Amino acid sequence: MIKSTLVAMLAVLALGGAALAHDVPTDAQIAHIAYTAGQLDIAEAEQALQKSKNPDVIAFAELMARDHKAVNDEALALLGKLGVTPEDNPTSQKLAADAAAKLKELSALDGPAFDVAYVANEVTFHQAVNLALGTVLIPAAQNADLKALLVTGLTLFTEHQQHAEHLATQVK
Amino acid sequence: MRVLVLALAIALQLAPGGSAAAEYTIVVSAMKFGPVPAGLRAGDTVVWRNDDMFRHTATARDGSFDVDLPPGTSASVVAGEPGSIEFFCKFHPGMTGTLMVGP
Repeated sequence: MIKSTLVAMLAVLALGGAALAHDVPTDAQIAHIAYTAGQLDIAEAEQALQKSKNPDVIAFAELMARDHKAVNDEALALLGKLGVTPEDNPTSQKLAADAAAKLKELSALDGPAFDVAYVANEVTFHQAVNLALGTVLIPAAQNADLKALLVTGLTLFTEHQQHAEHLATQVK
Repeated sequence: MRVLVLALAIALQLAPGGSAAAEYTIVVSAMKFGPVPAGLRAGDTVVWRNDDMFRHTATARDGSFDVDLPPGTSASVVAGEPGSIEFFCKFHPGMTGTLMVGP
């Protein structure tokens, strides 16, 4: 119990949030966190598509933009059907603030230096999101359809993480 | 090669005493390929139907087929020579399966 609580706290902290570590997030908060994470990764991908010249990095960024948009479109449709309004929360806010700082940091880089930093951040970001999904968000989700979408999302994001980890060994 | 496979498929369908080619559907959903047909034979058609929200591919490791599957679309492949064919999704390589093609 102590161990699982610690893992859950680490997972949420990995996403940059502290306020939810002691509370079980509601479906409205879970939806907001998952949707925000997706939107932030799309923003990172769009930046990569503008800056990178590396075909493998470009292909990866195109995949991130396409897949995360698909999940978020599905999430919006589901939330509309359920009548759930995503609820902003400190974890989402911290995620967004950290991502904005990372976008700014990466905007100062070009060429291979940008590619390396972008891919490294994709590895870290997906690791954190996947840990949070597996240990906090999916177990806490109450609605079966939301939980199923999060489970599919975790399968997808695990693929993305492995792809990013492989790409990180290729991009120099 | 594709023409040859098609011609073979037609020949098998028209052959006196030969059984008609069958059609099987493999559904892609929730980041997984659904069950593969158990009785698949050379000349049968495999329809790949993507019910998922993501773009996928059904790509043979031996290069014998490679179909693009945007969300909500289907594509067909005629089973070629007997044997086993491993396949995967190029975008999500953790998605895999094996077609067993009988004579």
